[in-house]
Amino acid sequence: MKYRSAFDIIGPVMIGPSSSHTAGAARIGRVARTLFGQLPKKAVISLYGSFAKTYKGHGTDFAIVAGLLDLDTFDERMPKSLDIAKEMGLEVIFRTEMAVTDHPNTVKINLYHEDNELELVGISIGGGTIEITELNSFPLKLSGEHPAILVIHQDRFGIISAVTSVLSKYEINIGHMEVSRLEKGEMALMVIEVDQKIDNRVIEELQQLSNVSQIIRMAE
Amino acid sequence: MFRNVAELVQLAEENQVKIAEIMIRQEIEVSGLSREEVLAKMDRNLAVMEQAVERGLKGVHSHTGLTGGDAVLLQNYIKSGRALGGTILLDAVSKAVATNEVNAAMGVICATPTAGSAGVVPGTLFAVKEKLNPTRQEMIEFLFTAAAFGFVVANNASISGAAGGCQAEVGSASGMAAAAIVELAGGSPKQAAEAMAITLKNMLGLVCDPVAGLVEVPCVKRNAMGASNAITAADMALAGITSRIPCDEVIHAMFLIGQSMPSALRETAEGGLAATPTGKRLEQEIFGNDKPFKLKDLVLS
Repeated sequence: MKYRSAFDIIGPVMIGPSSSHTAGAARIGRVARTLFGQLPKKAVISLYGSFAKTYKGHGTDFAIVAGLLDLDTFDERMPKSLDIAKEMGLEVIFRTEMAVTDHPNTVKINLYHEDNELELVGISIGGGTIEITELNSFPLKLSGEHPAILVIHQDRFGIISAVTSVLSKYEINIGHMEVSRLEKGEMALMVIEVDQKIDNRVIEELQQLSNVSQIIRMAE
Repeated sequence: MFRNVAELVQLAEENQVKIAEIMIRQEIEVSGLSREEVLAKMDRNLAVMEQAVERGLKGVHSHTGLTGGDAVLLQNYIKSGRALGGTILLDAVSKAVATNEVNAAMGVICATPTAGSAGVVPGTLFAVKEKLNPTRQEMIEFLFTAAAFGFVVANNASISGAAGGCQAEVGSASGMAAAAIVELAGGSPKQAAEAMAITLKNMLGLVCDPVAGLVEVPCVKRNAMGASNAITAADMALAGITSRIPCDEVIHAMFLIGQSMPSALRETAEGGLAATPTGKRLEQEIFGNDKPFKLKDLVLS
């Protein structure tokens, strides 16, 4: 089921005018910011489908940037986010793309800060609910509504078991999990949505595991 | 967990509780929060709706000037005593308009189920409140009843204008509101489902054609009609009228219609009212010429 909560339907509390093109867009931006872990210096935002056609009227541009600035969907500074970004030294470039995507409300966000780079594709499926469908070319499915751990690792046997053993030790229940890789034996990505909050100790222990190159924590 | 309206109604009947209670129990289960926390969360959303209506009834205007002030006009008209329609009906319309005028002005609202359709559920609630005098708890339950029906539509069809047209947004909102009104007025779970079916049937095929891509024209007035549609259908269901087509089949029909709708009529501002001469002129006035031109514009000229 795409929608799991009554508050996906009655909610979110948000700045108008559109739940998918404003609130959802802001949420995608904020997930990108969380995964990036810092304020980027430069953001290239590529809009597809209905996003590309109507982003100005719906405020999709300032909403995504507000998300990159870590603002909430109901933050009254949202309509001014493009100015705030400029003041904070975040350069933003918008592109409208002609390519036809699976979902009409699709955005690709590329973030840069010195050596740190991230590419994320998100879709806004209606009523403010979103899905992240791609991260650094890895296909995935992430709602951003639950605490999650993203593990970037080498594609070797035993790693899934090692990671889940750590979670089991700390009595963390997995709600949804998926593994994807670009090529056999190369870099792989594990996405684990969990029910409990994730402690620092858990992250530290996961980082110690061999063949694990990066752990990203996403709080609710 | 209920997957469709038939299961929702059955669960409520078997447990001899309101549909709102089924939604509350499911929310407690899914979120892991306590009953008090779940109710408090909805109470906060209700407070946001109250503030939005209050703000809209004082008169707001969007940055473009395309919308605003209509809620005030309608309230004054009701007070003049010249109104032909019933007071509750027109009050619901004005409060739905008030909420969407705040939304268009980039104010704070609560999406129900979307921002573009955020007027219908609170507009009808605050209007029928004058007659039914619900407690705070009952008003919160009204929102859970609406949520339960919206939950089914969102998972089995769509609540996105870009995916399913306005029938998925204002259509869903109106159906949710109609069902919630029935339950608040003391109707049965089955009658609530009938009201949802009757409402949505009359919203099928409604396209999403926002002028200049803004959530203003025709969105604000579509919320007005959504609210009156909801109250009419709720009264019909409470009178004992049923839908020949079951609610779940109406929802599925809405989904299929959305799928066969051309992209120009799904929130791209390329068809319908957005493509009328006036719609195009307004777009030009608001955004000027800096919109990227499209290949098909060149072909046509």
